[in-house]
Amino acid sequence: MSGPPSADLLELRDVTVRFGGLLALDAVSLTAPRGRVTGVIGPNGAGKTTLFNVVCGFVRPESGELRWRGARLGRHRPHDLTRLGIGRTLQGLGLFQGLTVLENVMVGADRHARTGFASGLLALPRADRDEAALRGRALARLEELGIADTAARPPGGLPYGVQKRVALARALVCEPDLLMLDEPAAGLSAAEIDEIAELIRGMRGGPGVVLVEHHMDLVMGVCDRVVVLDFGKVIAAGEPAGIRDDPAVLDAYLGEEVRHDEGTA
Amino acid sequence: MVRFINLTLAGITSGAVFAAVALALVLIWRATRVVNFAQGAMLMITTFIAWSVIDAGGSYWLALGAALASGLVLGAVVERVVVRPVENKPHLNAVIVTLGLFVVLQAAAGMIWGDTPHSYPPAFTIRGLSVAGTWLLLSPFDLFVIGAVAAVMVALTLLFVRTDLGLKLRAAAFAPEIARLQGVRVGRMLTLGWALAALVGSLAGVLVAPSVFVGPTQFDAMLVFGFTAAVIGGLDSPAGAVVGGLLLGCALSYVSGYVSSDLVTMGALAALITVLMVRPNGLFAASGGRRV
Repeated sequence: MSGPPSADLLELRDVTVRFGGLLALDAVSLTAPRGRVTGVIGPNGAGKTTLFNVVCGFVRPESGELRWRGARLGRHRPHDLTRLGIGRTLQGLGLFQGLTVLENVMVGADRHARTGFASGLLALPRADRDEAALRGRALARLEELGIADTAARPPGGLPYGVQKRVALARALVCEPDLLMLDEPAAGLSAAEIDEIAELIRGMRGGPGVVLVEHHMDLVMGVCDRVVVLDFGKVIAAGEPAGIRDDPAVLDAYLGEEVRHDEGTA
Repeated sequence: MVRFINLTLAGITSGAVFAAVALALVLIWRATRVVNFAQGAMLMITTFIAWSVIDAGGSYWLALGAALASGLVLGAVVERVVVRPVENKPHLNAVIVTLGLFVVLQAAAGMIWGDTPHSYPPAFTIRGLSVAGTWLLLSPFDLFVIGAVAAVMVALTLLFVRTDLGLKLRAAAFAPEIARLQGVRVGRMLTLGWALAALVGSLAGVLVAPSVFVGPTQFDAMLVFGFTAAVIGGLDSPAGAVVGGLLLGCALSYVSGYVSSDLVTMGALAALITVLMVRPNGLFAASGGRRV
């Protein structure tokens, strides 16, 4: 964990992505500092997922640059993420249905496993020790999220909210410096969203968090800073309270109905 | 009764070899959703390499080591060079590619080693053991065959269940895209999966060589039996492959002993068709459709 202590972990500078004639991201700049929660909101098709995919290395920007701990990230690939210290959850669940809950989390703990190709193959003692350490760390995460009792079960039969926690535990187990959450509230009940909000708030001061979310209450409730995208452009950025009242945001994203609600509330 | 015991013992021995071939097929099916029709030819090549070592004066164990090592390499090379380009293409492409590889390897073996089958020595005597004055259809070499296959099964199980690498192999097989995001080098895992499968196949080749002899076409039946065993177990289940192999081995042994040895291959086909009709997903598969 090197790098200046209070610097921005992740920084996007004028990132532009074009799919054919479609401008998916138009000179988007964004920073995600350590210990704080940065929200990214915007209507469908605004470029939120593209932004995620740029960070993850699925999509290469046409211009602009991506910086991680001050250094430029050029040719990183998705499998480099955990090694860099970036954990992410996926839209939906993205759990391995053929593995147990504990094994699902252990796959995410890969960053700390030092098992080489050959030693793992020959099941040398070091690999065994690593495996035990990995298992311990994964179990600890499950305990923190209050789902240790599901460790030996396949995730498929568990309630959706619990599966979301498994996905979160998997993203957290590599002790990421930056955690990227892709719509963590999708498909959850109001009570489960409150629990997720509590979990995210509890991370403040720990890793940097980037939260892409539709659910306004969650975004407003947990984010320190919110960036609003519309048609690939950043149309507003700032504190949640300021964003809530920004006319450009209301027009682009929240729409008439919400403004009406705000007026009557 | 003695006859039944003897047929069962013989069935377990040949079943162990079927199980190994079935396991090779299952490992590849799980990792890449490809039925490797070249498996029989691949183990033929590695067994020829082992035969060459013995022919040049090497010991049985050196030859076995050479077969296993070349199996590991051959599996990795086949995945990288031949299968990788057709991954993510329609399934039929991979099927055709492995069939093509089968033909190429068989032709190449004929060119290098000739078409005449060569004999291959067993590790131990194939003279049956005698218990209380009764000769059993179980020789020290048969015990070695069963033990070697069992040891490989245990080692593979430990690898998959107890090690971090095994977890990554399984993760890459179940959901490659997600595994990639968790930091798993999926490409490497697929290569390793093929290498491991070919290793198991090469063991089966050496073990069965004393009874079928070593020639370019001598191992074709092994693919049929192995595939049948794998389907009986459900193509997705390594444990099923082992049980399927043993079941098939015993069934064929009874057919050969009680009916006629001419009907063995037909018996395998009958077993295959029966399983496909009654339990199309195999006896051990959970569920889910698949296309071959």
